[in-house]
Amino acid sequence: MELLNQVTQFVISGLATGSIYALIGLSFAIIFNSTGIINFAQGEFVMLGGVLTIFSLNVLHLPLIAAILAAVAVTTVIGIVFERLAIRPLKNATPLMLIIITIGASILIRGLVMLLWGKDTQALPAFSGTDPISVAGATLLPQHLWIFGVTVLVIIGCRLFFNHTISGKAMRACSFNRRAANLVGISVGRMVLFSFVISAAVGALAGVIIAPLTMTAYDVGVMLGLKGFCAAIMGGMGSGLGTVLGGLILGTLESLGAGLISSGYKDAIAFFILLLILFIRPQGLFKKGETERV
Amino acid sequence: MKSDRIKFLVFALVVLLVPLPLSGGYLTNVLIFVGINSVLALGLNLLLGYAGQISLGQAAFFGLGAYGSGVLTTTYGLNPWLAMIAVAVCVGLFAFAIGFPVLRLKGHYLAMATLGVGVIVNIAFNETVELTGGPSGLSGIPNLSIGSLTFDSDLKNYYLVWVFALGMILLSLNLVNSRFGRGLRAIHDSEIAARVMGVNARLMKVQVFTLSAVMSAIMGSLYCHVMTFISPNSFGFHFSVEILTMIVIGGLGSVYGSVLGALLLTLLPEMLRTFQDYDIIVYGLLLITMTIYLPGGLVEGIPALLRRLVPARKVREGSDA
Repeated sequence: MELLNQVTQFVISGLATGSIYALIGLSFAIIFNSTGIINFAQGEFVMLGGVLTIFSLNVLHLPLIAAILAAVAVTTVIGIVFERLAIRPLKNATPLMLIIITIGASILIRGLVMLLWGKDTQALPAFSGTDPISVAGATLLPQHLWIFGVTVLVIIGCRLFFNHTISGKAMRACSFNRRAANLVGISVGRMVLFSFVISAAVGALAGVIIAPLTMTAYDVGVMLGLKGFCAAIMGGMGSGLGTVLGGLILGTLESLGAGLISSGYKDAIAFFILLLILFIRPQGLFKKGETERV
Repeated sequence: MKSDRIKFLVFALVVLLVPLPLSGGYLTNVLIFVGINSVLALGLNLLLGYAGQISLGQAAFFGLGAYGSGVLTTTYGLNPWLAMIAVAVCVGLFAFAIGFPVLRLKGHYLAMATLGVGVIVNIAFNETVELTGGPSGLSGIPNLSIGSLTFDSDLKNYYLVWVFALGMILLSLNLVNSRFGRGLRAIHDSEIAARVMGVNARLMKVQVFTLSAVMSAIMGSLYCHVMTFISPNSFGFHFSVEILTMIVIGGLGSVYGSVLGALLLTLLPEMLRTFQDYDIIVYGLLLITMTIYLPGGLVEGIPALLRRLVPARKVREGSDA
């Protein structure tokens, strides 16, 4: 019984971090689908969400909701600047160049945050207290509920946007075939910019809602970004349910592994899963294989 | 071919003479690390600049070399030279084994997979405390020695490291001008076309990956004997990115470019002491601006700049006459 309670506890916290990975995975997939770029700076958007909220809250003394909105807005602007300055000037860039540039952007953002706010780990207060709620012998924090709620809302929002609005459909058209999309009058450049806007906002939001649970600092983006990428890979780089499932599975496995095997190897578990999937099913867990295009 | 040989001889001569006027001071110490970083950059450049395959886990192989030698010589009292060979062989086998699944991946996926390998290895350095000393590091590693000659001063270590480095530079120069090197460049341009032409792309990619890993591991062994202390922080993702920055600045696909990049990026933080941890801001800016404006690196950029200046002068002379 003791073990069962423990496992329930690990699964709950695993699902919560898994939701975060799912959101980050979605933000990876949104940019990838409209540009073919894996944005190595994605984790920095997540970090910025948390760090900027704490800054707005503690230094600017904004109320929580305004602080969150400000943080997401500023991160989005940074996403736009990044796209304008580092992605757009490159015509016919090879994947290699894009990898190097986005890595450059990620360490640049990380360095600037360290310069402005130092290296200290900071905590964001939980949105609605820390009184635990007892569920099936395990405890659930109010923040967990916030995470689940926001994740569900973002996923529904993304779904509505991509399936039922002109802009969303145009972005999907770009991901299927950029040239054809261009021919029917879609401004591909604007859609690329849009994808950075949405992706930065979703990433930042993920960073905000996880910050009360895990603390935040200038360097949390690397790990969160990589795990989000892992979730996206598991879902086959789609912006749909596959990525969400991937995130939840990853979060749960990681939490169980950390709890039952060793917490020191927690991050190694995620990367081991990442490698395994890249080696065995690079097209994702839920997709059929595609043949290589020449 | 002959001019290549002369170029290398001049380079080697400069390398061997440089420390003499410095008389073993602080700069000599910095130049030891230029030598180590040059080979690390060169290893990655063979893989990335020539074969077009990225690796964000180079620091892991460097670290495996350092920890392998460190642990074998301190805890198990093995002869440092034997340890170095054993570690190089083991790291080579490890790279060869993971090379097949890893290098089947392309582009972003390859970058992520190599990064993953690097992070896992780094976590292992931190967590296997009994073997590696964990985050607090491993100390008391002996200096290398040949007979009664112990490499215990900066000047001696300079020559030790640079003899190895020159050897590997020469090897790389020969390699890139061989059939193997042409095969690598063919893979870079189009892997499918290369395979159609009879290049065994899959095997060659793994071979060059293994070579770069072994080069890094040997430098890791030297590093641990020069430093006599190592800790996991020196072998993390940050250092892998630093190696990448070196070759992007120096020049992708250029042997001497790797050395130039290593020289600049090792001297830069030393000269800008006030930067300390903030050097990553400079690296970030360099990676972005160099890739956008000077994708060939300084090795290509400087001659291009000179060429632009020289004909301009000729035109002016012509109009005067």
